[in-house]
Amino acid sequence: MQISIALIVLVLSLIVFSIFYRGLPSLTWEMVSQTPKGGYYFGKEGGVLNAIIGSLYLAFGATILALVMGLPVAMLMNIHLRKFKKLVNGVRFLLDLLWGVPSIVYGAFGFSVMIFFGVKTSLLAGIITVSLFILPIMIRAIDEVVRNVPVGLLEASMSLGSNKSQTAFMVYVRQCSSAIVTAIMISFGRAIGDAASVLFTTGYTDSIPTSVMQPSATLPLSIFFQLSSPIQEVQNRAYASAAILTIIILIISVLSRVISNKYNKNKIS
Amino acid sequence: MRFLKNEKVLNVFLYLFLGIILAMPVLLIVGLLFKSESVLHANSLSDLLFSTEWKPFQGKFGFYSYIYSSVLVTMLALLISVPICLFAAIYLTQYAKSVYLKVIQPVIDILAGIPSIIFGVWGILVIVPLISHYVAPFFGIETAGYSILAGAVVLSVMIIPFILNILLEIFKSISKELPQASIALGATKWQTIKYVILRKAFPGIVSSVVFGMSRAFGETIAVLMVVGNVAQIPKSIFEPGYPLPALIANNYGEMLSIPNYDSALMFASLILLVIVLLFNLAARMLISRYETKI
Amino acid sequence: MKSKISIQNLNLSIGKNQILKNINLDIPENQVTIILGPSGCGKTTLLKCLNRLIDLEENVTITGSIFLDNEDILHTKSDLPGIRKKMGLLSQRPYPLPMNIYDNIAYGLRINGIHNKHIIRESVEHNLKQVNLWDEVQHRLKEPASRLSIGQQQRLCLARGLAVKPEIILADEPTSALDPLSSTAIEKKFVELKEEYTLVMVTHILRQARRIADYVVFMYLGEIVEHGTADEFFNHPKQEKTKAYLEGIFN
Repeated sequence: MQISIALIVLVLSLIVFSIFYRGLPSLTWEMVSQTPKGGYYFGKEGGVLNAIIGSLYLAFGATILALVMGLPVAMLMNIHLRKFKKLVNGVRFLLDLLWGVPSIVYGAFGFSVMIFFGVKTSLLAGIITVSLFILPIMIRAIDEVVRNVPVGLLEASMSLGSNKSQTAFMVYVRQCSSAIVTAIMISFGRAIGDAASVLFTTGYTDSIPTSVMQPSATLPLSIFFQLSSPIQEVQNRAYASAAILTIIILIISVLSRVISNKYNKNKIS
Repeated sequence: MRFLKNEKVLNVFLYLFLGIILAMPVLLIVGLLFKSESVLHANSLSDLLFSTEWKPFQGKFGFYSYIYSSVLVTMLALLISVPICLFAAIYLTQYAKSVYLKVIQPVIDILAGIPSIIFGVWGILVIVPLISHYVAPFFGIETAGYSILAGAVVLSVMIIPFILNILLEIFKSISKELPQASIALGATKWQTIKYVILRKAFPGIVSSVVFGMSRAFGETIAVLMVVGNVAQIPKSIFEPGYPLPALIANNYGEMLSIPNYDSALMFASLILLVIVLLFNLAARMLISRYETKI
Repeated sequence: MKSKISIQNLNLSIGKNQILKNINLDIPENQVTIILGPSGCGKTTLLKCLNRLIDLEENVTITGSIFLDNEDILHTKSDLPGIRKKMGLLSQRPYPLPMNIYDNIAYGLRINGIHNKHIIRESVEHNLKQVNLWDEVQHRLKEPASRLSIGQQQRLCLARGLAVKPEIILADEPTSALDPLSSTAIEKKFVELKEEYTLVMVTHILRQARRIADYVVFMYLGEIVEHGTADEFFNHPKQEKTKAYLEGIFN
């Protein structure tokens, strides 16, 4: 039985080690400060700045969109619809189902909607698709904490004459702030790491997008496309991207752990 | 924050967002169904699901070999990861000091957070060469390593955190009340685990496996990178396969030029969606009996 | 004796359980009204009806009327936050808002449309002085309210309620989580406050009721058994159940 634990720890270390072992040597200043020269598939010069910036645009955009839609819904479920527990549990069930839907399905769906409206692959299409994909994660992560806020706080706020929305966004949001930040981090990690949903919707280019209507490179696809190239230098770009993505994910993991453990000073217990 | 005062306008947005989310599953299913309509018209459902004939130019779309690959990779991945998760969960909740769990939990969480593309790269760097240089020659087989087995190994690692987290929750909730009674009756620790805890946890274990199954079934990029992508009925696990998600991901560019091809791929997405939803539904039904206690 | 709140034929059930049975009661203005009764008798529910926090509960059916200054607040068209604002609430344990001490009091003003910093600062000081908290916290107003002691928190909650200028103060066993000193401070404050406010307090502590009550309501199993002035109630109870309760048989 101890072997199974050792195996899990070993595999995680092995993954991180192998990615860094292969990727870190290629991770030069040129790599993170330049876009690929001469085409991402054949050009030997340049770096992956296009993918870094593209991924950050995409992940920030999708996370913000998901937050703007998700936070109000999590509040709605626990404050406005407090009386309708069955309905709210139904919504929770549905969100859990959506959480399980593979990202490739969101990608395929997003793509067919794009064709229907005649929209080309673009940063915006990617942001919308990815935000739908991370929305259930965002809502459920916030909901799990909001539902455990003591009802006394709701009553206290309401008895001062606040309406439900004021209670939600001026009181509950503060009470749950560390959980909301954690939910944002988890969703951001999902958004920046997913390849299947951006494959159809965001496209890939060598340049850094200057508007949301342009296609954009992303780190996962920078790995995926450049890894299949026969040219060593291009493959190095893929491994460097893998190292960058892993670093970002590890930072997010550590940061969200620190935040969720940190004492939230205004929170009432 | 003054805008919060006027609830009427705000509520419109709140309920609109909720409406969008409630509509999502319906939209997904109806949208994909709508798009796959033309391929469903041109081919019979049984041909689509049970024929191996895949000739897009002739309008023949038999998904059998893809479905077969998907099922094979998924089952093999479960075969690897379920025992590991079971042993790990039993050890962590029944034998180890609670400090252990505190140390292991971050490892599980980090593993859960690693993007699938990274698992794919790891598969190419480590698993594929391992199979090609060591595992396959051991059985006297020659292979490049890109195989069903490689896909399953990568997949098994990816689903470990999902299965393990559910199992840990279930074992934790059960072990609080039950074992003392059993141990008081003179049973040994292992007997208690075997006859009391595992029996009590059985529906939960099944549901964790089904959850893992649905995760594995829909996983795309990591599997695609190591599984070889050859549409065939593999005769052994050292041969390449071509699972459904990989089919969709690999052909997104070309599909528009061939009639019905895009429709066929949307049908493939629909199959994925329906199967995953059914798995999830089943797993949640099974697990619901614990949730009142957890 | 002028009545501030008049409850008429109030019936309330949650699901199939009838919690309140045919409640008729006039609550006198500028007095301390104590609602007494063993736990589970419906006194907290009755309190929640007054400020309509009962609306937040599931499966509730209410019939009857509650008049606040001749307006039936159960069937009113005016907005609920406006009604709730008229009634400050002090609950069993303090729930300070998740903000600093200053903002805890400023919050109520801001949501009610007061954003003038000068007015807010004056109100914070005035109301903290009202509850004798100002001397203790005047140098740490920017600290989280959660760092105060429970007794201080409860006084802060009272100050927070007073800041929105209510007409009535509702209290649900407000001293049950407090140490004796803080309890006494709250009780004393209540007696002072009746000059300006109408107070309604739920409790199951008889001695507390004797100390501060002007008017007493005794509830048992969802019904009002007896109500009257403190003198009548404690010295000349009419009902057998009341006598038994006063003699301590229930507790």
